[in-house]
Amino acid sequence: MLTILDFFTATPEIFVLAMSCFILMLGVLLKKNISAISYCLAQTTLICSALLSFKCFSILHFINIYSFSHTFILDKLAVSLKIFIDIAMIFTFWYARLYNDENKIPENEFYVLGLLATLGMMILVSAANFIILFLGMELMSLPIYAMVALMRGKQRCIEAAMKYFIIGSVATAMLLYGLSLFFGATHSLDLSNVAKIISMTAPSQNLILYFGLVFVIAGIAFKLGAAPFHMWVPDVYDGAPNSITLLISAAPKIAAFGLAIRFLLNATPSLNIQWEHILFAIALLSIAIGNFAAIIQTNIKRLLAYSSIAHIGYMLLGLACGTTRGDAAALFYMTTYALTSLGAFGMIVLLSKAGFDVKELKDFSGLATRSPWLAFMMLLVLFSLAGIPPMVGFIAKVGIIEALMNVHLVWIAVLAIIFAIIGSYYYIRVIKVMYFENVITDSVKITCEGNLIFILSINGLSVLLLGIFPSQLFTLCHVIFS
Amino acid sequence: MPILSLLIWMPILSAIPVAMLRGKNNDAMARWVALFVSLVSLLICVWLCFHFNANTSDMQFRENIEWIQALHIRYDIGVDGISLPLIILTCFTTFVVVLASWTMVKKNVAEYLALFLIMQSMVIGVFASIDAILFYFFWEGMLIPMYLSIGIWGGGNRSYAAIKFFIYTFFGSALLLIAFLYLGLQIHSFDILKFYQMKMNLHTQIFIFCAFLLAFAIKVPMWPVHTWLPDAHTEAPTGGSVVLAALMLKLGAYGFLRFSLPIVPDASAYLEWFMIVLSLIGIIYIGFIAIVQTDMKKLIAYSSISHMGFVTLGCFMVFIIIQHTANLQNAYMSLEGALVQMISHAFGSGALFLAFGILYEKLHTRKISDFGGITKTMPIFAAFFVLFAMSNVGLPGTSGFVGEFMILLSTFKANFWVTFFAASILVVGSAYTLWMVKRVFFGPIVNANVAHLEDTRGVDMLILVLLAIPVLWIGLDPNPMLTMFHASIGHLLQLANTSRL
Repeated sequence: MLTILDFFTATPEIFVLAMSCFILMLGVLLKKNISAISYCLAQTTLICSALLSFKCFSILHFINIYSFSHTFILDKLAVSLKIFIDIAMIFTFWYARLYNDENKIPENEFYVLGLLATLGMMILVSAANFIILFLGMELMSLPIYAMVALMRGKQRCIEAAMKYFIIGSVATAMLLYGLSLFFGATHSLDLSNVAKIISMTAPSQNLILYFGLVFVIAGIAFKLGAAPFHMWVPDVYDGAPNSITLLISAAPKIAAFGLAIRFLLNATPSLNIQWEHILFAIALLSIAIGNFAAIIQTNIKRLLAYSSIAHIGYMLLGLACGTTRGDAAALFYMTTYALTSLGAFGMIVLLSKAGFDVKELKDFSGLATRSPWLAFMMLLVLFSLAGIPPMVGFIAKVGIIEALMNVHLVWIAVLAIIFAIIGSYYYIRVIKVMYFENVITDSVKITCEGNLIFILSINGLSVLLLGIFPSQLFTLCHVIFS
Repeated sequence: MPILSLLIWMPILSAIPVAMLRGKNNDAMARWVALFVSLVSLLICVWLCFHFNANTSDMQFRENIEWIQALHIRYDIGVDGISLPLIILTCFTTFVVVLASWTMVKKNVAEYLALFLIMQSMVIGVFASIDAILFYFFWEGMLIPMYLSIGIWGGGNRSYAAIKFFIYTFFGSALLLIAFLYLGLQIHSFDILKFYQMKMNLHTQIFIFCAFLLAFAIKVPMWPVHTWLPDAHTEAPTGGSVVLAALMLKLGAYGFLRFSLPIVPDASAYLEWFMIVLSLIGIIYIGFIAIVQTDMKKLIAYSSISHMGFVTLGCFMVFIIIQHTANLQNAYMSLEGALVQMISHAFGSGALFLAFGILYEKLHTRKISDFGGITKTMPIFAAFFVLFAMSNVGLPGTSGFVGEFMILLSTFKANFWVTFFAASILVVGSAYTLWMVKRVFFGPIVNANVAHLEDTRGVDMLILVLLAIPVLWIGLDPNPMLTMFHASIGHLLQLANTSRL
């Protein structure tokens, strides 16, 4: 029996759904160029949804609430992830607007699909049931497949979209197969119920669960873009239009983190010995492959794609600790990485002009003389990715390494930090290109778009300031998991 | 009043307006603002000096507030007799570097000055930190301004040198972080003073010692991990070379004094010979390498490494001295000698790099063979240079003499052969320094450009005088400085001398 409380807990989702339908109909009915209107509406939707998420939870006195017959959960994790996702999408839309305008990407569709993907992410992080989990994940993925192909004329984009779709479908299939094994073994779809049943099962009967676990984790690793399921990442990042790459690189990662947490912590906490080992393997492999492969890239988008694989690896190390400290460190890592990544891809979007996509490293040459402020912002972002203080990336890495040391995995901590040193090479190489090399004359002039420079400055400076004052965010991450 | 915070954050914050004064027309303005800021820092240092109590080894001017609560990391700063002189040195060096920008920097002056102000803050932060993670925060953060200054204002091969510097030093400090986290997790605090009370078995101590060693040995730099330094020094702009020589190398030695000796005393004592042999190889072998250099800046860089070998030697001889002489008097002298050597080396080799910078601005070459006969056209400059060279050699009456003599004297009480090998540097050192002086300043003028040189005046002259004063002062009257160290060195010796197995 549905009550008003059920719908109340899902207010932000319902709001986003209504608004995306409204914007969609607006585009169909008005048929004129309404990009400005739909942009404003989309941003308002995201802001309101973030506020609503917080407000609903505060009205419910910040206690965990299950609704819709125990399929939907509202807890600290869900609410904060929703807010992070909304913020990431606000940044994304802000950065993407001018680029979409110049490159004739259908804007109304961009915002509608973006909002629908956001809706999927929000549902995903609030899922308390396998079906809802799967539903959210699909709702997140499908619009993004379509978005990669939004530039219908470009073969490169179609190719990337096809790759993304096919590999994504395989991932979905794996996840679904894994979940169905869990259902078969436990006869339940409810996450906490599954957890309860698993903890009561004798270890000898767990083989089918282990089997299912491997498939689910493979699916999650696909979504996160972790090795050895990372092949799609560089191709899709490279092939997609820059504004879509920007979108893929931030919010969906946070949502996929939510997926991992919901499954691993809520459904299979008693299988932690098993999934910790798998996660360590995946994490170390991701860090190694990501960092080594990034060194040889000359294409900045591919470079950042490999770097994202490495960063996902670091985040997974935190999860693999299996402690609340590790989870908190992983959440801190994920959110700050999303912020930093937005800065890096935002920069690429900002430098791209009509008919000229920034792709190669040499497009950045002499940026410091062409535009010192933008170069400085990129510098902050890159040093943060490399994990150098005083940027936030350093604090995030310290959190992860501290969590590892806490469970006495010193050798993994040493490996992680050695790969971080190897990784720092390709970041400082980009800085070298920006600061130490001369301007290549044929590179396109930077036209200053105040609006974009403003948001990039906010992004870059927040990377710096969060590094100097990380305490609040870190405490929040700890509170979420305590 | 949070005087130390003021000293750390004021230059960083004032770097923002300085960096905004971009463009050719604002260069003079940027220089004056930066000079004002560094002068204020220097005045704060003077104030610190007068209010510093040299009779205690406690941390003074301490500020201790929460920083990252969830990880038990605190913003905890303070100074004792070891760090205060180094902080004063930092402010003085930055002041000189800013002055030097008047003639030696033409390109992107505002950014250059802003970077060096940030660098000053970071270095002071390292010296003042009492929280290990805060220490690491500044320690690593310093790489950014140094990397940029080498890469933007450096010589022809600057990208290579900058990246090599960055990766090398970043690699060194990786295990340092692990060691800090390991120590911190044992006692749920990163307070360095609490690390001093921790008990560990020898095995653990050796691991931690090695982690420290890698980080600090690369910064000092000790043989065989010194190879980044000649490249970085040669390609860096003059200001960068001065900061590298005067401050960055000191950070490594400071690390030994602040971390290795008091936190893992048993491992330090266990590995004393290892360290002494490394130091001796550094002193002698690098000294010989310096002789054959044809690049003047490289020669000064190698001589830097060789002289820093004395500092590590002085640090790790204390255990042998205590064993042999059974009183602390000579151990005091050895450690204080190491500290004096650190400071005098900062003035001496900083001065050499600056003097070379003055020459480079006029002739744009680093090859020794391109100079020759400069005394004829620049006699006053030559006089100053010879003074700094003499300090480098260790002539009595100059600062270079005091530290080396103290170390050699105390070492002699414990082990003849160590003293013998270390003292051989006095011969090798005079060989490369005097030969370089001869080739650069005396003899006939071979380069037509040298014939048209004019003697230094104005700002350059001021810099040379400013650097000559401490060189002579420490050489003639080192006592005030030694009093400042004494209590803290005593505390350090007591910590290093107590087994904590």
